[in-house]
Amino acid sequence: MSFSTKLTVILLSALLLSGCSQTNSPSLYQQLGGAAGIEAITDGLLHEIEHDHRIVHHFADTDIARFRRLLAEQLCDLSGGPCVYSGGTMQQSHTGFNISLADYDALVEGLIKVMQQQNISISAQNQLLALLAPMYKDISYR
Amino acid sequence: MTLKVLLPLACLLASTACQAGSRIIATGGASSIEGSAGGGIVPWAVLNGYASSDEWGATAFASQVGVDDFTLKVQGASVSYDNRWEWSFARQSFKLDTLGGQLRQDVFGMKYHLAGELLYTALPQFSLGLQYKKQRDFALPQAVGAHNDSGLDFYLAASKVLFNQVAGRNVLLNATLRATRANQTGLLGFGTAGDNSYQFVFEGSAVVLLNYNLALGVEFKQKPNQLAFANEQHWRDIFAAWFVNKHLSLVAGFADLGSIAGLDQQQGYYLSVEGAW
Repeated sequence: MSFSTKLTVILLSALLLSGCSQTNSPSLYQQLGGAAGIEAITDGLLHEIEHDHRIVHHFADTDIARFRRLLAEQLCDLSGGPCVYSGGTMQQSHTGFNISLADYDALVEGLIKVMQQQNISISAQNQLLALLAPMYKDISYR
Repeated sequence: MTLKVLLPLACLLASTACQAGSRIIATGGASSIEGSAGGGIVPWAVLNGYASSDEWGATAFASQVGVDDFTLKVQGASVSYDNRWEWSFARQSFKLDTLGGQLRQDVFGMKYHLAGELLYTALPQFSLGLQYKKQRDFALPQAVGAHNDSGLDFYLAASKVLFNQVAGRNVLLNATLRATRANQTGLLGFGTAGDNSYQFVFEGSAVVLLNYNLALGVEFKQKPNQLAFANEQHWRDIFAAWFVNKHLSLVAGFADLGSIAGLDQQQGYYLSVEGAW
């Protein structure tokens, strides 16, 4: 049949192959640059938040040093690194902030900007986004 | 309220004065030929532009589809609010290059985001849409058997971005179920003398997001085949989209519109440019 059918077959094949090749690849933690990489992402994100008028007000009463330590710990834990996140649940730590969809979008946009600046591969970026995106339901409108 | 209505208009006139909405780049899709956010020929569950919660967004677009014996030109605009509502308008002019003459149609669209968030929930984003279509050159459609010069399409669309799917890239899948009486999307009027009932058709899109700015996609649009004078076939296209930034996007593709008004194998280019504020 047509071009579009062929393209669909190629896309589906790629989908299957990408599923197989995951086992031998380095962990997401390694792809993000290990401890140093995650520290750079954390600091970059703090910088983005500080300069984003849309969301900076949510952090007015935040203990930044503690937030920085816990965020790095959480990213390390999530990505398969040698850390155990010791902070509260996402629901607990966001209750009362009434984080909106626009706030969440703004933070994700900031994270993407930082990951691009750090030259993290698209694949690693998407793996991290896949882990963080579902937290929306626990973080938003609480 | 007046301010909320006037603000996007002011944004259109002075884009530098207004920031794009907060949603992530490319999540507004493109402007479909009917004006609704979507791919090229399929409306998606996403809303035009980048308005997130409590934000306004606006888009303006121009598209052209050139196949063997016809040329479709479309201009339109849309406004969206709260990542919840989308109102759109598209003016289509379908030139019958071989047969002579043209068929013009206006499409007024409205879309309501029901549930789910494209990026953030396991549930796909669901939207309900309607498109009121008004044929402006009804003599020819009437002569070949169309019953009405206007019609209302209803659709339910589901869209979802799946992360890290194809060689580490994200994939957007969309499925749309439409109830319609339109012949050739309304360009040949609505219904027939013998059958004026609604038909359900399926439309689908699959898109690979190569990075934040580039996407490759395929689309399929099932169509009714009601007019006796000529065969009507399903449409399909493949396209590449370039989201230059949150204000400008370009789409180029190849469209296969099948048989139209007795002229078979109508294939050719698809081009679209959209501005967003």
